[in-house]
Amino acid sequence: MATILEKTKSFMAQFINVNVADDEDIFASGLVNSLFAMQLVLFIEKEFSIKVENEDLDYDNFRTLNAIVGFIERKI
Amino acid sequence: MKIELTPKQVQEQGIFRAFVSEEIAPYADQYDQAECTPDNVVKKLAEIGYLGAIIPKEQGGQEMDAITFGLLCEEIGRCSASLLSLLTVHGMVCQAILKWGSASQKAHWLPKLATGEAIGAFGLTEPNVGSDAKSVETTAVFSDNSYILNGEKKWISFGQVANLFLIFAQCDGKSTAFLVERERSGFSTEPLKGLLGFRSAMIAKVFMNECQIPAENVVGRVGFGFSHVAGAALDHGRYCVGWGCVGLAGACLDACLSYTSERKQFGSFLKGHQLIQQMIAEMITNIKAAKLLCYHAGYLKDKGDPSLIMETSIAKYFASRMVSRIADDAVQIHGANGCSSDYPVQRYLRDAKIMEIIEGSTQMQQIIIAKSAYHNFALEKRRARQKEKA
Repeated sequence: MATILEKTKSFMAQFINVNVADDEDIFASGLVNSLFAMQLVLFIEKEFSIKVENEDLDYDNFRTLNAIVGFIERKI
Repeated sequence: MKIELTPKQVQEQGIFRAFVSEEIAPYADQYDQAECTPDNVVKKLAEIGYLGAIIPKEQGGQEMDAITFGLLCEEIGRCSASLLSLLTVHGMVCQAILKWGSASQKAHWLPKLATGEAIGAFGLTEPNVGSDAKSVETTAVFSDNSYILNGEKKWISFGQVANLFLIFAQCDGKSTAFLVERERSGFSTEPLKGLLGFRSAMIAKVFMNECQIPAENVVGRVGFGFSHVAGAALDHGRYCVGWGCVGLAGACLDACLSYTSERKQFGSFLKGHQLIQQMIAEMITNIKAAKLLCYHAGYLKDKGDPSLIMETSIAKYFASRMVSRIADDAVQIHGANGCSSDYPVQRYLRDAKIMEIIEGSTQMQQIIIAKSAYHNFALEKRRARQKEKA
């Protein structure tokens, strides 16, 4: 069974056409756009059956692959 | 794969159609000419629950699934694109609060929005800022646990009557969304008249002059206004508009089927002329194609699939282009009569053009869709290279 990291990596690979380090800031590096921000929210909610809420809106939760995985683990 | 409405959806569709046929359609031209939607029309929409279409039942709404809501937009769009814009912008405010509002914003506003006690309007566009929506010039400055808003919004549908505005402003250079009540000091609106289409959409300019609002009126978080709050609202708006275009195009088709069955030229009904048949066939095929794209977007919405954002853009893009061409043909088929206020097709054409501009213009959708295709192409090539190496 795929881990949270594998599932998230696989999702991001649909949008990012370069190798991304697990701790690379995907927003600062301009690898993703504002559309991706909402797509990421939808992915997290659908894939892991959790709700991304108002109080979760913090770029530190979404900045890197590690941050996203950490956020999901905390919410599950 | 199954593309079929449920019995409940079919039943709802019938109810929507009966309501708009009785309550809206007979008066839509009159409202268009008067450039006004009377209060009692908004009240009727509220009473039947349509303003709370997407709001959960526990907050007094109808909690419609995406397809049912799409069918409602189609039926309202069939009768009045202006009234559809109420459903659109009101729904965009509901959607923004539903998705990113705080618990207290949800508890306070959603029941009021569901009953029509509060009418929402969406304040993103400005005199100098249209498609480049990230560059809004309205500012918000934090001071004493409140924000001071200064700026101007333009082309705000139902801005003349709304009492709750979702306003986007720059807060220290970060895009942020705020709920602003009409009664706030320093807040005012001014009607905009004489527009090409959406004439009864009560469109307004909005002014904020040292308008002070409490800090708790921020929707989402500072810096997440455009990407997340506007992102969620605009996606909803595009979905409404896509379906509304299908409805409006259906009205064009109905008008043409009727007119060409009654009007004779060269000794035979217009419907007997093959060049007319060609236009009718094009209309039918394109309406069906647009409707399928809207169904697909609705299906993805109900699943919460991340691809819904792109697919909704595609549906809105195709449907708004489609209705623009169909309304143009509808006027052409009606000849001089089509240019007269005695026939509704002139309104349909004027409204159809607006559909290509609102909630992301045709050109912005084209950019998004094409960029996505090139991106996917590059990803495919990359995957193929990786496979070869392995």
